[in-house]
Amino acid sequence: MKKLEKLKKHKIFLYVSGGLVSGFLNGLFGSGGGTVIVPFLEEFLDRDEHTSHATAILIILGFTIVSLIFYGFGQVLDWRLALTVSAGGVVGGFLGARLLKKLTGGTIRKIFGAFMIIAAVRMVFSK
Amino acid sequence: MNILLPIISGFAAGIISGMGIGGGTILIPALSIFLSIDQHTAQGVNLLYFIPTAVVALFVHIKNKAIDYKIAIPIILSGIAGAIGGSALALVIHAKLLKKLFGGFLFFMGIYEICKKDKQKEKK
Repeated sequence: MKKLEKLKKHKIFLYVSGGLVSGFLNGLFGSGGGTVIVPFLEEFLDRDEHTSHATAILIILGFTIVSLIFYGFGQVLDWRLALTVSAGGVVGGFLGARLLKKLTGGTIRKIFGAFMIIAAVRMVFSK
Repeated sequence: MNILLPIISGFAAGIISGMGIGGGTILIPALSIFLSIDQHTAQGVNLLYFIPTAVVALFVHIKNKAIDYKIAIPIILSGIAGAIGGSALALVIHAKLLKKLFGGFLFFMGIYEICKKDKQKEKK
């Protein structure tokens, strides 16, 4: 009975910490929650890749709605810009998902990783 | 107001995230660097842009019964506090500082993408 209770407490701690970190990043940086929650679901909660990705989208959607309420009150939401970007993004996302099947991500992923680092350095040293 | 550049940025970022790279962090630097959009606005756009793409994806996932609601609900409920904390913090941080902090975060995300193992290779 004691072991079972310990296991349950352990799981609650996992849910809460994973959710907190993911939600926090989503709110603070407007992104990145998914990058945290997917490996979390796979490694700590032992879900398979497909379930983890699908479930992560629902989780991040929840966090995003909450974050957007705050960003809205903070009056930083540019709806017109978002609409314009989303128009391109929805088409691009559809194309990207189809490309995913044809190309193995390996080299492209590393190239974009490098781009991200370059962009990161630019942003850190921006005035 | 030029709309071509935002559409192209969204399109390019969409392709990359559609391929599973970057986890949504590509659009914000693109808007910031190429369109000189301030950090809070760029982050807000990324959040808004996620909604339609997530809804569409979820339709497919719900149909395929790929979502584990048993873990999704507790994680969302406990994570909301984090989302509230993170958002509130973002709003009180000055845009220039938030941009630098985001850059630091992006740096680690870039390293993560470079170090990510190709799962198909792992299975072999």
